[in-house]
Amino acid sequence: MSGILNSSIGRKFAMALSAFFLMFFLLQHFAINVTSVFSADTFNETSHFMGTNPLIQYVLQPILLFGVIFHFVMGFVLEIKNKKARQISYAKNNGAANSSWMSRNMIWSGLAILAFMGLHFYDFWFPEINTKFIEGDMSGLLADGSGYRYYEELQHKFVDIWRVALYCIAFVFLALHLLHGFNSAFQSVGANNKYTKGLKGFGKAYAILIPLGFVIIALYHHFNHIS
Amino acid sequence: MNLTLKIWRQKNANDKGKLVDYKINDVSPDMSFLEMLDVLNEQLINKGDDPVAFDHDCREGICGMCSLYINGEAHGPDRGITTCQLHMRMFKDGDTIFIEPFRATAFPVIKDLVVDRTAFDRIQHAGGFISVNTSGNTIDANAIPINKHDADTAFEAATCIGCGACVASCKNSSAMLFVGAKVSQFALLPQGKVEATERVLNMVKQMDEEGFGNCTNTGACEVECPKGISLENIARMNREYLSASLKG
Ligand code: HEM
Ligand code: SF4
Ligand code: FES
Repeated sequence: MSGILNSSIGRKFAMALSAFFLMFFLLQHFAINVTSVFSADTFNETSHFMGTNPLIQYVLQPILLFGVIFHFVMGFVLEIKNKKARQISYAKNNGAANSSWMSRNMIWSGLAILAFMGLHFYDFWFPEINTKFIEGDMSGLLADGSGYRYYEELQHKFVDIWRVALYCIAFVFLALHLLHGFNSAFQSVGANNKYTKGLKGFGKAYAILIPLGFVIIALYHHFNHIS
Repeated sequence: MNLTLKIWRQKNANDKGKLVDYKINDVSPDMSFLEMLDVLNEQLINKGDDPVAFDHDCREGICGMCSLYINGEAHGPDRGITTCQLHMRMFKDGDTIFIEPFRATAFPVIKDLVVDRTAFDRIQHAGGFISVNTSGNTIDANAIPINKHDADTAFEAATCIGCGACVASCKNSSAMLFVGAKVSQFALLPQGKVEATERVLNMVKQMDEEGFGNCTNTGACEVECPKGISLENIARMNREYLSASLKG
């Protein structure tokens, strides 16, 4: 078992495990965001729970952070190794003849997601950490104490049309990443049977609908706030 | 047909190599691709030039010796065939055809279009066999009942001819389709189960040491494989490998 990350198959397996974890997290993140469209109160309460529950903050959040970092670092490691495996490229290569664009460009869709995550952390995660752990305000309340701050902060972020546009673009790349990634992860862990073949449609639906959902939520808050 | 060929010429392993243009006229659409190259070579020899070196042997799609990356695809644009089975009718009069060697760090060019694929042999030596006592007391393979589905699947895996098109087509130069096929053909049969753990560990270790890349599951290999070896073989190898690493 030791040194499994030194083998090609071991690395792929670990890559897929981190990807499964991220896909599960994405679903959970989406479920919470969706509440913001229907009820500011539910969104506020869920956000406060997620942001202050010790199990989530001190156990699940570090695991998530590790999962994200592991995934993109391993993505880079694999990319570098794979480039080294062909040092002289073809003068003419017809990749489209045998594989999808998504599958051949996981590193580029991944980099776009990484860039987005930089913005996302700057927007939400760093301010959270700052408020909670540097200023020590764990109350989750607005400055005037009139209620929870989460919904208001969310609305505030989506006022700027450029930020909304960047969010939308990033989610297109996420969809492209998942259109290949979802089913690829099953193959990586060795699951290729009638059940996983049946999952293909579900994978496509997940890859399109979840990012689309995030986009709709962002647009909703943008236009809801303006009007 | 009159064609322009852009052929990779490289004197030896250390030469830098480059694409060279050749014009070839009156090519019959019924010729095989290798026959077309034979005609070109005859013309080169008559002119006193060095003929283009390329691999071939059976010329009927069973040995896996012929290679070539033709117009951006291993074994050219047709499906389920080797280069020796490719016909010139797949091309049109006036076409320009790129002819390059299979590219992978683990498949270094020896000369022109000939590459060294002995990395595959070393992977096979690492475990692609079963140890059978042949000193007079061998058991007839047919005496052991085998589930029909397993027998068929093993046989399909065993049709891999070791041509290397999977490596050449893969954007990562991964050899997992080849190794997956070689692992699968034994993993499914009772005779192969005895050495299954060491087999997969050793073959994958050798594959990694040869410098092949990691699989991204693009599926290019499966599409370009002349024998239609399925990606299911890679998944089976992954399972075999993961459970073997838990054991060993
Ligand atoms: C943070 C930036 C990210 C980068 C740089 C990145 C990069 C990559 C790369 C290069 C691969 C292909 C690995 C291979 O060769 O097989 C990959 C696979 C994958 N990624 Fe990402 N990714 C990122 C974020 C994400 C996110 C947020 C998700 C899901 C929500 C995700 C889901 C997947 C899935 C499902 C796979 C397929 C795994 C497999 O084939 O085994 N990725 N990623
Ligand atoms: S798996 Fe297919 S492409 Fe790869 S070596 Fe075997 S026959 Fe050739
Ligand atoms: S020469 Fe034998 S397969 Fe092409």
